Amino acid sequence: MNAVDKTGNLSRRGFLHVTALAGGGMLLGARFSLDGAPGAAAATAGAETTLNAFIRLTPDGVATIMAQNPEIGQGVKTMLPMLIAEELDIPWSQVRVEQADFDSTKYRGQMAGGSMATPMHYQSMRRVGAAARAMLVAAAARQWKTKPENCTTEAGVVHFKKKSLSYGELASAAAEIEPPNPRTVPLKDPADFQIIGQEIPGVDNPKIVTGEPLFGIDVAVPGMKYAVFEKCRVHGGKVKTANLDAVKASPGVTDAFVVDATAQAGSAAPSMFQVAPPNGIAIVGDSWWLVNEARSKLEVTWDEGPTASQSTAAFDRQAEELSKQAPEQDLRNDGDAAGALASAAKTLEAAYQYPFLAHAPLEPQNTTAHFHDGGLEMWAPIQTPQFARGDLAKTLGIPEDQITIHLTRMGGGFGRRLYWDYMLEAALIARQAGVPVKLVWTREDDTRFDFFRPGGYHYLKGGLDDSGNLVAWRDHFVSFGEGPRFAPSAEMAANEFPQAFVPNFALQASKMPLGIPTGALRAPTSNAISFVVQSFIDELAAEAGKDPLQFRLDLLDAAPDGMRPAFDAKRMKAVLELVRDKSGWGTADLPEGTGQGVAFHFSHRGYFAEVVQATVSKEGELGVDQIWVAGDVGRQLVNPSNAVNQVQGAALDGLAQALDQEITFEGGRTKESNFHNFKLLRIDQAPPVEVHWVMSDNQPTGLGEPALPPVPPALCNAIFAVTGKRIRSLPISRHDLSWA
Amino acid sequence: MAIAFTLNGKSTTVEAPPEMPLLWVLRDELDLKGTKFGCGRSFCGACTVHVNGEPERSCRMPVSRAEGKEITTIEGLSEDGAHPVQVAWQEIDVPQCGYCQAGQIMSASALLASNPQPTDGDIDEAMSGNICRCATYGRIRAAIHHAAKLAQAPPTSHETATGAGGSEA
Repeated sequence: MNAVDKTGNLSRRGFLHVTALAGGGMLLGARFSLDGAPGAAAATAGAETTLNAFIRLTPDGVATIMAQNPEIGQGVKTMLPMLIAEELDIPWSQVRVEQADFDSTKYRGQMAGGSMATPMHYQSMRRVGAAARAMLVAAAARQWKTKPENCTTEAGVVHFKKKSLSYGELASAAAEIEPPNPRTVPLKDPADFQIIGQEIPGVDNPKIVTGEPLFGIDVAVPGMKYAVFEKCRVHGGKVKTANLDAVKASPGVTDAFVVDATAQAGSAAPSMFQVAPPNGIAIVGDSWWLVNEARSKLEVTWDEGPTASQSTAAFDRQAEELSKQAPEQDLRNDGDAAGALASAAKTLEAAYQYPFLAHAPLEPQNTTAHFHDGGLEMWAPIQTPQFARGDLAKTLGIPEDQITIHLTRMGGGFGRRLYWDYMLEAALIARQAGVPVKLVWTREDDTRFDFFRPGGYHYLKGGLDDSGNLVAWRDHFVSFGEGPRFAPSAEMAANEFPQAFVPNFALQASKMPLGIPTGALRAPTSNAISFVVQSFIDELAAEAGKDPLQFRLDLLDAAPDGMRPAFDAKRMKAVLELVRDKSGWGTADLPEGTGQGVAFHFSHRGYFAEVVQATVSKEGELGVDQIWVAGDVGRQLVNPSNAVNQVQGAALDGLAQALDQEITFEGGRTKESNFHNFKLLRIDQAPPVEVHWVMSDNQPTGLGEPALPPVPPALCNAIFAVTGKRIRSLPISRHDLSWA
Repeated sequence: MAIAFTLNGKSTTVEAPPEMPLLWVLRDELDLKGTKFGCGRSFCGACTVHVNGEPERSCRMPVSRAEGKEITTIEGLSEDGAHPVQVAWQEIDVPQCGYCQAGQIMSASALLASNPQPTDGDIDEAMSGNICRCATYGRIRAAIHHAAKLAQAPPTSHETATGAGGSEA
């Protein structure tokens, strides 16, 4: 590029730089620190606190905005560019959005996870746009020989008195302007927003509805072969011998070989994102279907390893035994739970349990890998390209800067693609095969070889005083892990509700060793713990003879002096009161067999209270009639269309989990394999989800996850309201709901 | 084996093993990537195409069964994305990840072809073979109703969807 590069306001906090495009126009890069979104650094390890974005402005007045983050369906490819375009002050119709490649020299925080994009980027992306606008204004002012303060902008045009110049006309001149300090560049008054707060359809919708290639699985490169990868069905097992020659003789197969990277252990990724190095058999050939057919000819002897002794039934037995023993560790101890339980007017005891779950994104795992010119080029659906690249470099023994990762749109993430096992497999296969390779997993591979949401067991005791107030809470959490370390996503926050709302609170844990990979599933830990906590709260409310919603409101008022809850009780009360009013809680005239249940949960900075209305026939047939959601994610919804879509989807995701999902193990193998035995929600099971907002005066936060956790307990509480039966283990399909 | 059929209105001949599923012929032999692989066992509907106008799961349909048939994929549903279902899907802003939507649109367009004014019950019945992992079902329902209206209205007076699916599904 024939470019003039100017760097302005280089400071400790960051800088902007501008580049004139050879064909006219300007390219604005920005790199500066975050605006102090609360907890941002803690929630995305490795993301640091800086970021980068680019605007390409061409003489035709079109602003091409790079979408830096991976798109998994959370809407970030539309949302981040909206923030830039708003402050650039350009009509959305003049904006084009392009997906950026992974590039840690240009961008920061290229990750999809933790509902983090809004809190991390809400201010900083706006500053990128505002800085560009300021340069365009300065360019116009220079031309008109006036001060920038005398100029205004509107819809991609700069005005001064009766003069006006479009951004397109100014683009080249703006490239000569010293970029402003992004920290001090003025931002719009939210009252003047033209794009933020508008219902903007997803930028890829036109391609999605016409079937254009967008996803990782759609990638094709010249000379590419297709690959499948057969792993030991016992998690962690390895190949001993295989009839590779017979497989190589199969139609369409060009190569078959053992891949074993287990000697290259030692990942650079944070411990919560550990991916085991691959071991298995690659089959490579001219047609994916043919190479997959050839798998049936494989005869392999496996070294199954120690996990072959693990099973769901054994976990259940072990947990039961551990529950009778002294807990391995205390996670939290406030007051004197044991003493308070002994002296409580009423006590209640219950054992809760939830299963392992798979992510089951609809696009099976895949990656295209091509070694050329001394480097590795990859096309991958990946939520964490930075961790993936570091681990690939280490496993392959090549420098990170020799690895290029193109970010493809993803057919769902839900946390599954925080882990890059399929990228490692594709790279190792491509290197060994000596050709570009597209690895595609089957649904069976995808279901069996997940980083599962771990199951868990909670042995609870609660105590009420004479007036029915909660005075003591004890949870012995039996989970997975070894030594001091919980398995990924098998931990529990020490300040999980109702901690800080009850004077005597004990959270204790014991762990079982686990050889099966676990990981973050949408709203990790919250998606399970909400079920336990909000169900047991419901039990205590019933024991106290109180309305379960009012009992929760009272509890939120009950934070003892000196306690610091994990969240703002006032915000939670507000959503609880809103969902009470919108759902007709306690006032609706419901027919026999129909009931409502309520639950709330705080996660990912979001406050959500939800009511589920369910009908259970006397024979025990369950139908979910409607879900009401009240949420508080701060003062501004960036894109209300996507916000509602995310919340509805998350709520129905919670419903699917509760109704009929579980992953089980036998002999160290995953038993479920496809959608007939790991069941996703279908349209005829999907009730309407009504979404309401409390617009509180707080920083905007994310929506990919926090609406999910309240649904399973709210549904179980509704079932109790109808049947008197308490659901203490999921999924609900295991239970007989008949009543009379 | 050479198999001849009409694909998106054009005569097409492919050389493929007869038992190879149509899905893989479309995706990997004919480079039509819009039809998606989700489960390989007809459970999810991501691979739905029209065979003589009827919705079929191409992942389980041997290509030999396509002989002489008229096959329509998402790429051939309209010239330029102007089919009422495609328009409605955008106006209601249905997709989240978007992976299942080609299959959803093929099932929805087949439904509307045989039943121009479907009820919610009709929609549930016709669409329950198509999984949306993101659970955009409320908007799928709304978009099918919207498409039914668009199909009736003259093309110049399309009603614009107010809101994008609305907060009250």
